[in-house]
Amino acid sequence: MEPPKAQFRRVAARTGPPATLSFDGATIQATTGNSILSALLESGALLRRLEFGGEPRAGFCLMGACQDCWVWSAEGGRIRACTTPVTDGMVLFAEPQPLVGNHG
Amino acid sequence: MADIVIIGAGPAGISAAEVLSARGLRPILIDEGARAGGQGYRRPADDLALDMNRLMGSEAQKYASLHRRFEALATRIDYRPRTLVWAIDGNTLHLLRDGRAETLSFDRLLIASGAMDRIAPLSGWTLPGVFTLGGAQVALKDQGCLIGSRVAFLGSSPLLALAAKQYRDMGAEIAVIADTTPFSAKATALPTLLRAPRTLFRGLWYMGTALRAGTKLLHGVTPIAIEGTSRVEALVLRDDQRRERRFACDAVALGYGLKPETQLADLAGASFAYDPDFRLHLPVIDGMGRARPGLYLAGDGVRIGGADAAEASGALAAHAILSDLGHAQDIEATRGLARQVGRLRDFQRGLARAFAWPKAQIAALPDDVMLCRCENVTVGEVRAAMAKDLGPVEVNRVKAMTRCGMGRCQGRVCGPALQEIVAAKAGGDGAAAGRLRGQAPVKPIALAAAGDAA
Repeated sequence: MEPPKAQFRRVAARTGPPATLSFDGATIQATTGNSILSALLESGALLRRLEFGGEPRAGFCLMGACQDCWVWSAEGGRIRACTTPVTDGMVLFAEPQPLVGNHG
Repeated sequence: MADIVIIGAGPAGISAAEVLSARGLRPILIDEGARAGGQGYRRPADDLALDMNRLMGSEAQKYASLHRRFEALATRIDYRPRTLVWAIDGNTLHLLRDGRAETLSFDRLLIASGAMDRIAPLSGWTLPGVFTLGGAQVALKDQGCLIGSRVAFLGSSPLLALAAKQYRDMGAEIAVIADTTPFSAKATALPTLLRAPRTLFRGLWYMGTALRAGTKLLHGVTPIAIEGTSRVEALVLRDDQRRERRFACDAVALGYGLKPETQLADLAGASFAYDPDFRLHLPVIDGMGRARPGLYLAGDGVRIGGADAAEASGALAAHAILSDLGHAQDIEATRGLARQVGRLRDFQRGLARAFAWPKAQIAALPDDVMLCRCENVTVGEVRAAMAKDLGPVEVNRVKAMTRCGMGRCQGRVCGPALQEIVAAKAGGDGAAAGRLRGQAPVKPIALAAAGDAA
């Protein structure tokens, strides 16, 4: 299968240390200083699926106003991807994760 | 000493802090961003190899000067970055700072909350690859990224040509710059626009640059759809000769000018009045920015005026605070600032005609177009709710019935278009539709803030 085409195209290099994150189980290589949104959209991933009908979404306003770029931490925390910087070892999901021990 | 709190660290907030600091006061400057500068004069992180002089072009000196002035000020004020004000209750601000909730009381509050893009929906606008015009610039300035490789710029704004120039300079292909306002409306607005010739000529220069670079620059278009299966593949529109045209692209930047972020002013008790030029409900202020005793509003967060007007109106509001605290008023400086703010805001009124909000196009949108991208409410669902017996024809009641405007963005994105759909049914201008009220929290926050990942 053809690898997904990235939405974002980087035109200015980042000089910070590399950071590796996991998104829905896939490994994403990023650079410290990247927002989560730019790390994901540069890598070919999209951000989330709409709660109604599941259509793909990849953020919209990019300035913390529209909230259309939420992703989720393993602990159930909601993260606004456009204004949150990546950290090395971050584990993220497109959908809220069931809490461990919270289900049979 | 009175506690003065300024919300927003763009040009208005910074210049207000500067004026207060020069009189020996130490304001608290709250910034939702990580670095001062606001959206327009956003400062990239030190580790991003981006040539801001080249990107900012004719505004590079102003951009550099604002940041130099902020640095000189930083130790003389209480600057609090990464801090969200999510509610205002009497004289108490509710803050969220690094995931922790705090409160802060104030005696005087200056809100300089800035603006965001005004958006008109069209078929396909929720596809990945469609971003706001301001967002396209933020992606570049803040992240060093283009939103796509071949980008279409759609809306009605002088910023379409500016952003397209920045994108072309950084290596993007420009599929088209498509403006919904006819060229004739731009010519008609010329006398008002001549009140700020520097800004006018900068705008014309951007358009000229686009044409010289061979970019297609269309006026008077009717957007039809953004096409694509799971990503943006093309923008389809009708040009001013009624010909249908399709522009292949992998991203669309969408913007119909800016609209003030007035939610905090609403919670702080400002009253609002409908402005027929901008077709927006705007906070009522006096000539210096006073909204009520102890509350001051400045910058694009109260009237769109651009960075220069924001800077002057921030200083002007700071002079109002000083005067209200019993300091001797610097009458000459105040008059000069008031003249400058008035002139630049009049210019924006001219721009609002030259780059008009396409109210008729919105009122005529097909029923199947998504109106509320948060709650998945179509134009047709809103029309159906209004058509029922005793159906609501006021935006807050339509919101209660349909959930349009009730989602995560709290109507920031769909609100202006919802107004036009409701106004078309109410049979009046935008004022007839009513005003979407602000609600706390102004942005979603976790109930257990400590549970958020850092």
